[in-house]
Amino acid sequence: MKDTINLGQPVIAAQGLNLVFQTNDGPVHALKDVDLTIGKGEFVSFIGPSGCGKTTFLRCIAALEHPTGGSLTVNGMTPDEARRKRAYGYVFQAAGLYPWRTIAGNIKLPLEIMGFPRAEQEARVERVLDLVDLKGFGKKFPWQLSGGMQQRASIARALAFDADILLMDEPFGALDEIVRDRLNEELLKLWARTGKTIGFVTHSIPEAVYLSTKIVVMSPRPGRITDVIDSPLPRERPLDIRDTPEFIAIAHRVREGLRAGHSYD
Amino acid sequence: MNRVLPILTVVAAIVVLWYGAAVAMNRAWVLDQAARAGTEPPAFGQMVVATMTQERPVLPAPHQVVAELWKGVAGQAITSKRSLVYHGWITLSATLLGFAIGTAAGIALAVGIVHNRAMDMSVLPWAIASQTIPILAIAPMFIVVMNSMGVQGLVPKAIISAYLSFFPVVVGMVKGLRAPDAMQLDLLRTYNAGGAAVLGKLRLPASMPYLFASLKVGAAAALVGAIVGELPTGAVAGLGARLLSGSYYGQTIQIWAALFAAAIVAAGLVAVIGLVERVTLRRMGMAR
Repeated sequence: MKDTINLGQPVIAAQGLNLVFQTNDGPVHALKDVDLTIGKGEFVSFIGPSGCGKTTFLRCIAALEHPTGGSLTVNGMTPDEARRKRAYGYVFQAAGLYPWRTIAGNIKLPLEIMGFPRAEQEARVERVLDLVDLKGFGKKFPWQLSGGMQQRASIARALAFDADILLMDEPFGALDEIVRDRLNEELLKLWARTGKTIGFVTHSIPEAVYLSTKIVVMSPRPGRITDVIDSPLPRERPLDIRDTPEFIAIAHRVREGLRAGHSYD
Repeated sequence: MNRVLPILTVVAAIVVLWYGAAVAMNRAWVLDQAARAGTEPPAFGQMVVATMTQERPVLPAPHQVVAELWKGVAGQAITSKRSLVYHGWITLSATLLGFAIGTAAGIALAVGIVHNRAMDMSVLPWAIASQTIPILAIAPMFIVVMNSMGVQGLVPKAIISAYLSFFPVVVGMVKGLRAPDAMQLDLLRTYNAGGAAVLGKLRLPASMPYLFASLKVGAAAALVGAIVGELPTGAVAGLGARLLSGSYYGQTIQIWAALFAAAIVAAGLVAVIGLVERVTLRRMGMAR
């Protein structure tokens, strides 16, 4: 990992961020006065009940939603500029692989759109397949793979074009706990190997505590941040770290934060 | 065998009903003939035979239609004006041309509807309106107008055929091109993909199953269009002409044979499309 923990260099910076959706039932405050700075190489989890704006915030970073107030920069640019510069890879809750493309074909999709030379496409596909431990599955079609393997392929797709930021919206939410544990472990290894900045939306407290260097606790109506926890856990994390007192203490603080958020309604 | 048996059962039931109906409907003519000749009406056995050997029965018996069909297909040179192969090919060529034009127009309109808000709001109501106009009313006028402009033969028929076959393709392709969900479109947005990439890499491949379903409907409609287009030309050539001349001269057996020929052509077209569908979807890894 060497010393990539450099918090003086914000990759994502939000100040007084607001997002109001106009709906038929009146305005909905999806994000209210969100302030957050994410440094290079950090692993930041967003946790909170549904409607707290965690996914909305991630989508703002990706320029898939547009804030109605405040400022947000990604790599020092507006989110739209960052999107055009292909600054991030996005992993959705569903793998969303094209059924008519093989796994290798799916990973090539962003590379084709971005105009990488053909030979380089092949090399990159091989590299990221190796990175997510799917070597040899390139010629399979998505339906021939399990749900966990499909989600790994979709992570490989997001990694293929070397974006520095990886945005993940409940990527393991639809998987069973055993598969999820393994993928969490692999994701940490991948993060250590690549040094990417990761934004990770989840509604699982153990997952958030296990993965993150920073946990952002959010609550709904209006969507806002109630607590930001910098994790004291070491970057090297075996699965059984979850039984240590430090881990349990952080999980407790997250739970308290979530409860405090709920006392509003 | 499990699939063939039910089909054969239904076919057998239809044939039995058909023979029964033929006897009942053609009986009046036999009785009338007997009355005119001043003889006794024939007994039941002879009556049945007499209802199935008439030259212009109200309802021809199945074997008469099959015989006429066989005579039309194999009984003469395929260049003969009495050959159903000759007439069938004339209708089929107009059908294929019209089907190609209609499919291309349908896909182009669907792409426009999905990408352009003005077209989205305006085209589909007109397309629906176009299909509510009785084609039998428009076809003769269209043929006459085209003829006065010096265009005749294959092209006017193909255009009528295209007019009927574009519609299912538009409806199916709009649905197919819109099949990708918001997440898949967002994904392409994160790659900063342009409209052409979204169309080529996501919308068109995703619409393939819808396209084939539409093509099957469109092919049958195209055949109807070609036949209707042949009616007002004064019974020159084609299955439509064969139907018309059969009705002029009361040749009921000829009408039924032409009808069956048309049905066989339609079934063939749909079967070919089904085959292309299977091969394409299997190659795309989408075969069920």
